[in-house]
Amino acid sequence: MRTLILAALLFVFAGGAFALTPQEGALDPEQEARYRTLIHELRCLVCQNQTIADSNADLAADLRREVHTHIAAGATDDEVRRYVTDRYGEFVLYKPPMTARTAVLWIGPFLLVALGVLIALRMLRRPRAVATPAPTADTERLRRLLDEEER
Amino acid sequence: MIPELGHFALWLALAVGLVQAIVPTVGYARRNLRWMSIAGAASQVQFLLVVVSYLCLSEAFRQNDFSVAYVAANSHSALPLIYRLSAVWGAHEGSLLLWLLMLSGWAFAVSIFNRRLPADISSLVLAALGAVSVGFLLFMLLTSNPFDRAFPIPLEGRDLNPLLQDPGLIIHPPMLYMGYVGFSVAFAFAIAALVTGRMDSAWARWARPWTTTAWLFLTMGITLGSWWAYNELGWGGWWFWDPVENASFMPWLVGTALIHSLAVTEKRGLLQSWTLLLSIVAFSLSLLGTFLVRSGVLVSVHAFATDPARGVFILAFLGVVVGGGLLLYAIRAPKLVRQGEMQLASREGLLLFNNVFLVVTAAMVLFGTLFPLLMDALDLGKYSVGPPYFNRMFFLLMAPLAVLVGFAGVVSWKRANLVESFKPLRLLALVAVVLGIALPFVTQGQGSVAASAGAVLAVWVLVTSVQEVWRRVRAKPSLAAGLRSVPRGAWGMTLAHIGLGVWTMGVAFASTFNVEKDVRLGSGQSADIGRYEFRFDGVTHVEGPNFKSDTGHVVVSYRGREIATLNPEKRLYPSQGSVMTEAAVDHNPLRDLYVAMGEPIDKNDANGDWALRLYYKPMMRLVWFGGVLMFFGGILAATDRRYRLAQRASASIPDGAAAA
Amino acid sequence: MRYVRYTVPVVILLLLIFLFYRGLALDPREVPSPLVGKAAPAFELPLLEPEGQSLTPKALGGRPVLVNFFASWCAGCQVEHPLLMELSKQGVEIIGMDYKDEPADVRRWLQRHGNPYRQVAIDRVGQAGLDWGVYGVPETYVLGPDGTILFKQIGPVTPQAWERDIRPLLVGAR
Repeated sequence: MRTLILAALLFVFAGGAFALTPQEGALDPEQEARYRTLIHELRCLVCQNQTIADSNADLAADLRREVHTHIAAGATDDEVRRYVTDRYGEFVLYKPPMTARTAVLWIGPFLLVALGVLIALRMLRRPRAVATPAPTADTERLRRLLDEEER
Repeated sequence: MIPELGHFALWLALAVGLVQAIVPTVGYARRNLRWMSIAGAASQVQFLLVVVSYLCLSEAFRQNDFSVAYVAANSHSALPLIYRLSAVWGAHEGSLLLWLLMLSGWAFAVSIFNRRLPADISSLVLAALGAVSVGFLLFMLLTSNPFDRAFPIPLEGRDLNPLLQDPGLIIHPPMLYMGYVGFSVAFAFAIAALVTGRMDSAWARWARPWTTTAWLFLTMGITLGSWWAYNELGWGGWWFWDPVENASFMPWLVGTALIHSLAVTEKRGLLQSWTLLLSIVAFSLSLLGTFLVRSGVLVSVHAFATDPARGVFILAFLGVVVGGGLLLYAIRAPKLVRQGEMQLASREGLLLFNNVFLVVTAAMVLFGTLFPLLMDALDLGKYSVGPPYFNRMFFLLMAPLAVLVGFAGVVSWKRANLVESFKPLRLLALVAVVLGIALPFVTQGQGSVAASAGAVLAVWVLVTSVQEVWRRVRAKPSLAAGLRSVPRGAWGMTLAHIGLGVWTMGVAFASTFNVEKDVRLGSGQSADIGRYEFRFDGVTHVEGPNFKSDTGHVVVSYRGREIATLNPEKRLYPSQGSVMTEAAVDHNPLRDLYVAMGEPIDKNDANGDWALRLYYKPMMRLVWFGGVLMFFGGILAATDRRYRLAQRASASIPDGAAAA
Repeated sequence: MRYVRYTVPVVILLLLIFLFYRGLALDPREVPSPLVGKAAPAFELPLLEPEGQSLTPKALGGRPVLVNFFASWCAGCQVEHPLLMELSKQGVEIIGMDYKDEPADVRRWLQRHGNPYRQVAIDRVGQAGLDWGVYGVPETYVLGPDGTILFKQIGPVTPQAWERDIRPLLVGAR
């Protein structure tokens, strides 16, 4: 396995080179924007972890060309995505569509926020008059220092 | 001989680490002060040994000693000296040694600065750090020894990965590791608190400067990493939500939450068990990052040498350290007594919500990062989760937090009237909304909901932060007296919040108004982005010390006036056969112009047409400038006079009393 | 009850460790093809021999067949080549899809290494490769008699892959 040593360290990207192919055929500005968005959403399969926009791999260039051609031919974003997933699977989508399986991915964080807010509110709403333990010498001293710092 | 010395020093460090972990703990259990006090000396000796070991490895790199396998794999005789020295942490084994150096360095610092802490706390903190170092030493010595010899001895090294031959590498990883490892101190403090049952304002006051220091290093490390990626990769991107980036960002988010909850614990004696939990989790996430990077369970562009055996070891280590910490937490935390009460309408109430959003964001990043692994493990299919997901979720979760930040200064501790507190902010809120909506139109000549939303938040954070200082200053008779009266910690907070505002502004603009163009240009031809014209004047061939470069010449004009000449490069490093892109950037605070070389259209004709990638990125600098401001804010906060006072205050307390 | 709350973090940790432990045994790079179980995608490609004729999926029907995407410039293809030669001698039917390659180059390559293919089609721009979801040669598809894709081997066909995954399918399909 050690022969597989590729690169190193945090923040290091394998393969800093890229080959870009300026696309032939003009898109109107709206199509161009969609093209840009889409190629930044699709994953290059042969690369480590890159979008097809960022990758220098041949396959990424092919896929960029396909996306370009499809958009020029009037395909919608969903049609382009379906074209790619039909061939390579959902794996290529960096933004997984909302399905039963991925629902937790999209909704989970908001459920967590709700849970967190609920817990926080419960903590706040329950003013417990707990007897403060007798302050020890040093906490008392610190308290005085704190108060002194307080504006 | 020198590598053997370094290797031997590591074994000695392991022995000392065991003493450092075990003797003080037993001493604590037996109430034996002598045994407890060994911790300080042990951590100092260990630091010395690790320094020796580290110097030995550096010396092997300096001498081009290719009989050391690690040197042979990551260096080359033509490599400039500065990169030979930074190549020490250029791959797995050496970066672990750097980790260890930092860890023992932190322990050393604790032993020096915390002499005045109660003996039980300080010795337990050092014992916990010693235990962590034992794990790392075992990991290195058993699976990843950087001093292993190569046989037969290669005549030439395989060279450092060209991506790492950049000034960014020299400072980014040490900064990042300082941050990662620094959270081990917060972790150790939490362990000491759980063992002794001492979890009060004084504890928080001791732990706070350490945590802030770790946080500021992590902040700088991430900022530098982003800046480095931007310059070295040629994709014009500065954050990719790659698993390895996420691995550094999660401890940052939790560490940020921790800094705020520590404030509550220190000032009000509340949220103790939550603060302890965050201390444990922040460090756990650092360890988790180490696991993710080095085990190969996730695909990352930052490929480290992956080895399942190492993965199993780190996993076991993670289980022991974090599992032990959390188990201790489960047993001891319920016994902590809560002092006082908490109101929604108070600073601590708002900080509680700050924690909710920060921690949920960290959980979101963790879940998004692990989601593909989870689905794969459950055999539910292969998925990818990437920037489009994270960007959207991050914005939705962080926007409420940015709103909260505005109240940081005006809402007082204990009990406040929210309506009254908001009164001085009404005007500022109006300013933020108007200015935020207007800014995209004024500066970019076009509107964008996303940019406006970001700008409103950014302006809100900025104006409220400035107002907070202004309010303090105004309360004093003169400006000078006012400025002096603001404690350093408050300056730190304000500066960090301003950093957040600046960062938000940068992100909002750089990501919405970013223009990216792939063009094909022959010598003398040009392409436009808006009013900027990029004229390509061909390439020249340049020989570097260990690379060959095709250096492009691009002259940029704005409204017909030449403003910059950019020289992006395409470099070939023959020793590894790898091709690198060095982007060229012209920047001012309002915009970056970025040019990266693609390839010659005809592969064999460097003088023909080239593919180039051009970017216009408004306010890009603000993204990193924001990080730098946070870093300086952290420095101010960590060096506040209060902490030095606190140490002196507790110094006079007899150790025996505290141990009781 | 009060104590249960404090054990939540340690439980989460255990779940994570379990997940990671399983993860170590998985290969995150292995992406199954969505085409498995579906009919082979349509294509019409010129044949290497005889020139001027072309290959369509129809010609593949009726019996199980291996469709092997390869190229003369591909190193992995040389690794699997001896096995393919062996299989072809055993009577396994293999169709070669020459991916992004020049006919002259592949002719020379086949002369040098031997030709295990019943037919070789030229996919010069890689359009068929794209339609088949090829992301790097060599890749090999197992087609049933009805033209359904039964299995996809990513990377060189190894003896293990042949014994474990491919042969049972061919035997079953027959």
